[in-house]
Amino acid sequence: MAFLKKYFSNIFQAIRSLTTGMRITAGYALRHGKEKITQQYPDNKKTLVLPERFRGEVVLTHDENNEHACTGCTACELACPNGTIKIITKFDVSPEGKKKKALDTFIYHLELCTMCNLCIEACPTNAIRMAQTFEHSVFDRNKLTKKLNNPGSKIREGVE
Amino acid sequence: MYRETAIVNESEVTGDLVINMGPQHPATHGVLHLVVHINGETIRKVEPHLGYIHRSIEKMSESLSYRQFIYVTSRMDYLSSHINNHACAMCVEKGLQVEVPPRAQYIRVIMDELTRIASHTLWWGAMAMDVGALTPFFLAFREREMINDIMEETCGARLTMNYMVPGGVMYDLHPLFQQRVKEFIKHFRSKIDEYDELVTGNIIFQNRMKGVGILTKEDAVSYGCSGPTARGSGVSCDIRKLYPYEVYDKVQFDEPLETAGDSFARYLVRLQELRQSMSILEQLIDDIPEGDIQAKTKAVLKLPKGEFYTRAETARGELGVYIVSEGGTTPYRIKYRSPGFSNLSALDHMARGGKIGDLVAMMGTLDLVIPDIDR
Repeated sequence: MAFLKKYFSNIFQAIRSLTTGMRITAGYALRHGKEKITQQYPDNKKTLVLPERFRGEVVLTHDENNEHACTGCTACELACPNGTIKIITKFDVSPEGKKKKALDTFIYHLELCTMCNLCIEACPTNAIRMAQTFEHSVFDRNKLTKKLNNPGSKIREGVE
Repeated sequence: MYRETAIVNESEVTGDLVINMGPQHPATHGVLHLVVHINGETIRKVEPHLGYIHRSIEKMSESLSYRQFIYVTSRMDYLSSHINNHACAMCVEKGLQVEVPPRAQYIRVIMDELTRIASHTLWWGAMAMDVGALTPFFLAFREREMINDIMEETCGARLTMNYMVPGGVMYDLHPLFQQRVKEFIKHFRSKIDEYDELVTGNIIFQNRMKGVGILTKEDAVSYGCSGPTARGSGVSCDIRKLYPYEVYDKVQFDEPLETAGDSFARYLVRLQELRQSMSILEQLIDDIPEGDIQAKTKAVLKLPKGEFYTRAETARGELGVYIVSEGGTTPYRIKYRSPGFSNLSALDHMARGGKIGDLVAMMGTLDLVIPDIDR
């Protein structure tokens, strides 16, 4: 008799455990219209706001006079673990005849970058920052190698 | 040495059937290759074959500086990347003898616990999916998404954050961080009961898990298991409790232990760990001290000649970082003691004599992350 009692109570408990789970599933099925947690990604492109610190790609910030703050010190190049950044420097000759090291080309290999943020940390003049862009797909790999300084740009006055 | 022909020859003698599970199998959660010897439905032997995702992280680290090598370890156990980075940063700090500011210590521990919750939540969904329930996977991702958003806001990335630097953390907390974490805890407290109702009490789930994949206490110790896998067998091995680092000695939390040693015990341990992690977060989130977030370190780090070892409790178990330094700017040798590798080695012992249908459930409770095993 005790065996039968246990047998039926087991069956009863099993059914109860299943209905408990089904109740939650049914609850979600009924109110899923109100509680949407997925993003409609390509459609919400206009309203999509990414956090300020989001690491999308490295950019060299230029102000309205087409001036940047990069001194060509290569601290970011040394800090990068993957060889993503290559900085080519030149010597500017000032009117007094003094030679000064300056940035010629800031080459950035997006295809090698892991967004570790170490270059931004290393930069002594805050010349580079992470941008929030993330749609980097292109058909040609060569397009991912970028020149970050704008043509004709020069170093901002007073940045050493 | 492993030869395919040796297995075929051996199986001819014993009459076992040899099947390859993986490397491309949806239930192995990555490129794990198991050579399973079965007789009928009974498992005779399970041989894990590794090397499909070997990236030689240890060798790579030898050519990177002490600031640079930390980011690579995010790619080992990608679900607890913060804790990997934390262990490496602690090892470098030990070599440099740098004291981390209290604020940075608090932030580190909070981030570690958030990562642990994210990792265990994902595991819970994947585990339920392994035994055939699809809904929990989506529910788990909903909660994990909240943590990912918190991480994205403060650290700038969702999975491979690289937030820990030698001497502290990279940024200060986002102004909304504390509020977001409190909101998350409030939300998760109600949802974790739902997890229990949906899966833990379910009779089908219990029948699949109870008495399956039994690992005794002695075996767990001898195979070097750690983390929830060992705690499900009753081995007390929580590094946070036994060898507290950062501010873990200031918080009150229990180390959940189960003695059954089967798959269900490991499942229960992880669910209790979720609750413990939340209680740690609640204790820390309100009194983060003000102050610096980074200790002052030199631009180029040089560790003195010697050997340094630190360990941390990741979501999977004990992660050890061993650095041999010759006094230069790069490590001479780095060795990672990853929890997944030791836990996987117990799979053969667990599975022998079991049924082939239970193998996936056993593997699920070990919480394997394949890049952590292979490195």
